[in-house]
Amino acid sequence: MDQGSGDFRDLQSIAATVRMDALRSICSAGSGHPGGSLSCVEILVHLYFARMRIRPDEPEWSGRDRFVLSKGHACPALYAVLARRGYFDPAELSTLRAPGSRLQGHPDMRLLPGLDCSTGSLGQGFSVAAGLARGLACGPASQPSCPRVYCLLGDGELQEGCIWETAATAAAARLSNLVAVVDCNGLQLEGPIDGIKPVGSLSRRWLEFGWHPLEADGHSFGSLEAALDEACSCGLPSVVLARTVKGKGVSFMEGIAEWHGRCPGPEELRDALRELEKGLRWP
Amino acid sequence: MALMRAAKDGWMDGVIAAAGADPRVVLLDADISRSVGAGRFADAFPSRYFQLGICEQDMVGHAAGLALAGRVPFVESYAVFAAGRAWEQIRTTVCHMGLGVKIGGAHAGLSAGPDGATHQALEDIELMRVLPGMTVLVPSDAPQAEACALLAARLDGPCYVRFGRNPVPVLHETVPEVVPGGAEVLETGEDVLLIGAGVMAGACAEAGRILAGSGVRASVVNAYSIKPLAGEIICSLARGCGGVVVACDCQRTGGLFGAVAEALAVRCPRLMASVCVEDRFGASGDPAGLLASLGLTAERIALEANALLNRRRTGD
Repeated sequence: MDQGSGDFRDLQSIAATVRMDALRSICSAGSGHPGGSLSCVEILVHLYFARMRIRPDEPEWSGRDRFVLSKGHACPALYAVLARRGYFDPAELSTLRAPGSRLQGHPDMRLLPGLDCSTGSLGQGFSVAAGLARGLACGPASQPSCPRVYCLLGDGELQEGCIWETAATAAAARLSNLVAVVDCNGLQLEGPIDGIKPVGSLSRRWLEFGWHPLEADGHSFGSLEAALDEACSCGLPSVVLARTVKGKGVSFMEGIAEWHGRCPGPEELRDALRELEKGLRWP
Repeated sequence: MALMRAAKDGWMDGVIAAAGADPRVVLLDADISRSVGAGRFADAFPSRYFQLGICEQDMVGHAAGLALAGRVPFVESYAVFAAGRAWEQIRTTVCHMGLGVKIGGAHAGLSAGPDGATHQALEDIELMRVLPGMTVLVPSDAPQAEACALLAARLDGPCYVRFGRNPVPVLHETVPEVVPGGAEVLETGEDVLLIGAGVMAGACAEAGRILAGSGVRASVVNAYSIKPLAGEIICSLARGCGGVVVACDCQRTGGLFGAVAEALAVRCPRLMASVCVEDRFGASGDPAGLLASLGLTAERIALEANALLNRRRTGD
């Protein structure tokens, strides 16, 4: 359940809708990445519905905050969030991965308004986000008008060496308008991250790279709000380590690495949607 | 004695001139500012010079972000690392988004000399040439390198400019005009066509003079724009002649030889010979000695031209 005093029922309902959208679009495509899409839904919904300064009816507005989905394979969730936020008709979600679709298998900013960066090759989006943050910096970080750059990373993605090149670059340049969020679902394609390449304390690692690390429950809007409030005001490049569950919201997917890149069958989709529908109803 | 100057110095002149003309221009450096004289840029435009340290992959991604933010970013590293180590960032992040990142490949070819094989970029042209939307420029001297940097700044899309470290003869008295898909026709002659780029453009010109001494009339082309290639110019000169020799301090496979062969194969096939690096690495040595040891000389170009003409004569 959500913590904090805020009323997040609207956001929770949106999150349930986004999960259903994402799974439906993956099934329309016949392929995609459900596990890591479902784990980052609250993060994306928080950013697009509660935090970022954006104008969905004016996607190229120069003063907007930017978002880079460095874990580009989670794009079914991002597409659903963009559609529900008003960037395009949710009916288009069913074209995911189809020939001629604007919804490519990994995000293509040249095709789809609302995307600030094409991504898909792990590690690269983060680097672009740091460059964007430098390019958009307009004086002191505390300046409220300065656009921020939010970048969502996977915890498996942190195994890419160039992530740490970027971490060092951003810290050296004190890019305080750069906020990273790590979707810490603990699983990568092959299995548990800790069984493949243990990372130890991520918080300490980021701290030693000169970042301001924060921890949050990645499925709690209250927790995300508190962490991101601090991230945006601390005057350093900051990272929110969001604890999440891979496949969140669908009981038979939760915590199972196999669902990283497996498309549900028709009956599995039906069962998943039945579960998620409950989230649409306010308590 | 011809005036000697390193192409890298012309490149930096061009980047500085581009920055003076366009406030969006910024320069990113991966710890080689002393090698390429980027201190001059940093002094002139301190707020537009970013020293990122030794991280070529991140530098290219960072530049992509700056391009998305409306800047015109130049990046520079040794060509081996700029084109090789950061290749996937250039492919997937820069080229796929069509971003105007300008990549300077320094110490290219055998100009890294004593540093040895690890630092001698003999594959950068081919690596950059296969990328959709990439412009690949290989200037022959300092003034042309300056022109290429200025052209890169004006192009909307990505551009790779390759240049050497050591002083080489200055072939142009002033900064020449360069255009994507352009080439300089240095000589016209109907017997044989010699095509070179970079340091080998001058060698082709010299080979033309050697051939003239024995009555062979050669056309000589400085193909500074390898992508797009000046296909029309090259085909029109090749059409009437007995063979084409391509010379470049890069691997034969996929480099300038490959580019010319691809163009001629579909339009006007001709006998061809390569004076390029033949599937091997370099080694430590002074650049001129290395070029000679790998057969990248004017004499060898002339020899290959005569061999082509003999083959044509004998129908071999």
